[in-house]
Amino acid sequence: MSRIDVRKTYKLYIGGAFPRSESGRSYVVNDAKGKLLANAAQASRKDARDAVVAARAAFGGWSGRTAYNRAQVVYRIAEVLEGRREQFEAEIRASEGVSAAKAKTAVDAAVDRLVWYAGWADKITQVVGNANPVAGPYFNLSTPEPSGVIAVVAPRDPLLGLVSVVAPLIITGNTVVVIASEDHPLTAITLGEVMATSDLPGGVVNVLTGSQAEIAPWLASHMDVNGIDLTGVEDAELATELEVAAADNLKRVRRPSPGATDDWLAEPGLDRMTQFLETKTVWHPIGV
Amino acid sequence: MTNIFEYAPAPESRAIVDIKPSYGLFINGEFVDGNGTSFKTVNPATEEVLAEVAEATDADVDEAVKAARRAYTRVWSRMSGAERAKYLYRIARIIQERGRELAVLESIDNGKPIKESRDVDVPIVAAHFFYYAGWADKLKYSGYGETPLGVAGQVIPWNFPLLMLAWKIAPALACGNTVVLKPAETTPLTALLFAEICQQADLPPGVVNIVTGAGDTGRAIVSHPDVDKVAFTGSTEVGKAIARAVAGSDKKVTLELGGKAANIVFDDAPLDQAVEGIVNGIFFNQGHVCCAGSRLLVQESVADEVMDRLKRRMATLRVGDPLDKNTDVGAINSAEQLAKIRELSQVGEDEGAERWSAPCDLPANGYWFAPTVFTGVSQAHRIAREEIFGPVLSVLTFRTPSEAVEKANNTPFGLSAGVWTDKGSRILSMANRLRAGVVWANTFNKFDPTSPFGGYKESGYGREGGRHGLEAYLKGADA
Repeated sequence: MSRIDVRKTYKLYIGGAFPRSESGRSYVVNDAKGKLLANAAQASRKDARDAVVAARAAFGGWSGRTAYNRAQVVYRIAEVLEGRREQFEAEIRASEGVSAAKAKTAVDAAVDRLVWYAGWADKITQVVGNANPVAGPYFNLSTPEPSGVIAVVAPRDPLLGLVSVVAPLIITGNTVVVIASEDHPLTAITLGEVMATSDLPGGVVNVLTGSQAEIAPWLASHMDVNGIDLTGVEDAELATELEVAAADNLKRVRRPSPGATDDWLAEPGLDRMTQFLETKTVWHPIGV
Repeated sequence: MTNIFEYAPAPESRAIVDIKPSYGLFINGEFVDGNGTSFKTVNPATEEVLAEVAEATDADVDEAVKAARRAYTRVWSRMSGAERAKYLYRIARIIQERGRELAVLESIDNGKPIKESRDVDVPIVAAHFFYYAGWADKLKYSGYGETPLGVAGQVIPWNFPLLMLAWKIAPALACGNTVVLKPAETTPLTALLFAEICQQADLPPGVVNIVTGAGDTGRAIVSHPDVDKVAFTGSTEVGKAIARAVAGSDKKVTLELGGKAANIVFDDAPLDQAVEGIVNGIFFNQGHVCCAGSRLLVQESVADEVMDRLKRRMATLRVGDPLDKNTDVGAINSAEQLAKIRELSQVGEDEGAERWSAPCDLPANGYWFAPTVFTGVSQAHRIAREEIFGPVLSVLTFRTPSEAVEKANNTPFGLSAGVWTDKGSRILSMANRLRAGVVWANTFNKFDPTSPFGGYKESGYGREGGRHGLEAYLKGADA
């Protein structure tokens, strides 16, 4: 008789812990052929708010770390992901129904993307900041700082897409609440396990699974969220509603790009980092 | 206090300006009547009506956008950066040549002291055009690409009418965009004089269009489907309305909105310099400054001494005729704004703060408010939370640097902050911890074309000035 395998319970990832939804709800996640893969937690408004509280609590410490240290941590995520690549390849194949080769390419690219962004931590300030030669005896320097807590609606691509939207935010010191792809949420939670074991402080990345249309509006209107990335919102009407709600406290908004499907394999530019950075300019007189 | 020093009046002559009885809209290089009614602009220091100004309708705005689009497609986006630069240099030179005229007109229409319009506003306006002129043929080195956006719709406030125009128009044109700009309804005159300067510079028709009007005209610009970029400076409330209005569109937006800046004075600060900084922070331009240091956070151990020195200094401020060269504090820009300042000051008293105003004689006509300070203010008071946009300072105290940071950041705004201390490491740690777009350390209210300006949080997004200011008018490095 063959061994009965131990199945995994997929929960949320909030504040470094893996709680079930406070609502007690879950929803069925099927594979590409419509066969049951697992039940995923169906996050509620309360879960979203808890995630924002966790992200806000983590912001001071994470943004206050040295850029070098943030780079070390994000590089560590890449290392741990590489070590668990077979699990991710299996999950991607099951969820998306793609070939082994395609799944391998996606994991390769996700690891490489993390390494790429890790290297940016202590360079982005030098590329987008500068000294300003004002017409007077003043020291004047402009440097980038993270915007704060950023809500992200992750794209459909379950690993590479997710990594590509989260890594550029945390590398600069933002903390994140991400709504995983509704159809492919399982890899997001497994990625949470990777992050939880990579020295990433709890609360820097929080992962919610469930209904995008249900959760996203609460994050868009949340007054303690500083920005929202709508990349994964495919419904144009919902995207507009979210942007309108985001105006309540003037969140920085990254709009979805309708028609232009993101090529996640291409090398990203700077804009996923710079869109959620503020520029701080400090003046001081020069004298004796 | 008896006044030891009597000053003889030293009025700047207004003969240099020629204010017409009425003004039209500047569309496609010409002044036209427009289809709407007109409104009056008044001198806030005397309540004298200065001119009738056309109120642009939706159809007028549409005409202006069409002119801007034509100029963009046929002329401006095709012209080399080096040639665009020459026009901007010309404009900068004419602003210098007509600087006195612009300064006097600005003080008449806005109410700000002539020494500020003459020594601050107008020189920085010219410098701004010079600075961005130089970028026009160097955009490939900017880091933001060199592709313009198209037609920019720009709406500016009344506190720095010409300076805000320069902050909007200079980078837009340098990057190859054309503009439709609306000045504030209480201060349209220098923008209309700027239109004349565009004519003198032979700027191609339609590159700059100036449409006057109030909120409805602004809405028509912001929501016009053929506007690619919206730039707004003004209230946070209107900024939010604009963010909602452009939702779901492809319009690029920058917003420079309100503030409630903390000006933090530590016990080791050079107190006389700090007091000058406090005065400059809140009474410069009658406090009509979005980055004004309107919340003084003073360390408890020196609070009494700072307040004594501050009151003594405030008593020497000369409030009155904006055209008098000795005037420190001019007129409040409008009756409406004066009513707001009075209302919030009354709320300050009602909520239990202690009010002190500098003893000064205010002119009988016009809109005036004596420099005022509130002590005993708590963080919950409305005068500690809301932007008053007038010469009113709220004073709070703190004991430790952490408490100062906590209180300074306890606001939905994040435009600017000030720090006064002699300790270098403390300056840098405070500068790191303050969530604000501009931090002035041992100085305040300094502006320069090379220095980016803009806010965190509800003070808006995007930067104006410096290399960073180009980003708002270019498609980006990947375009």
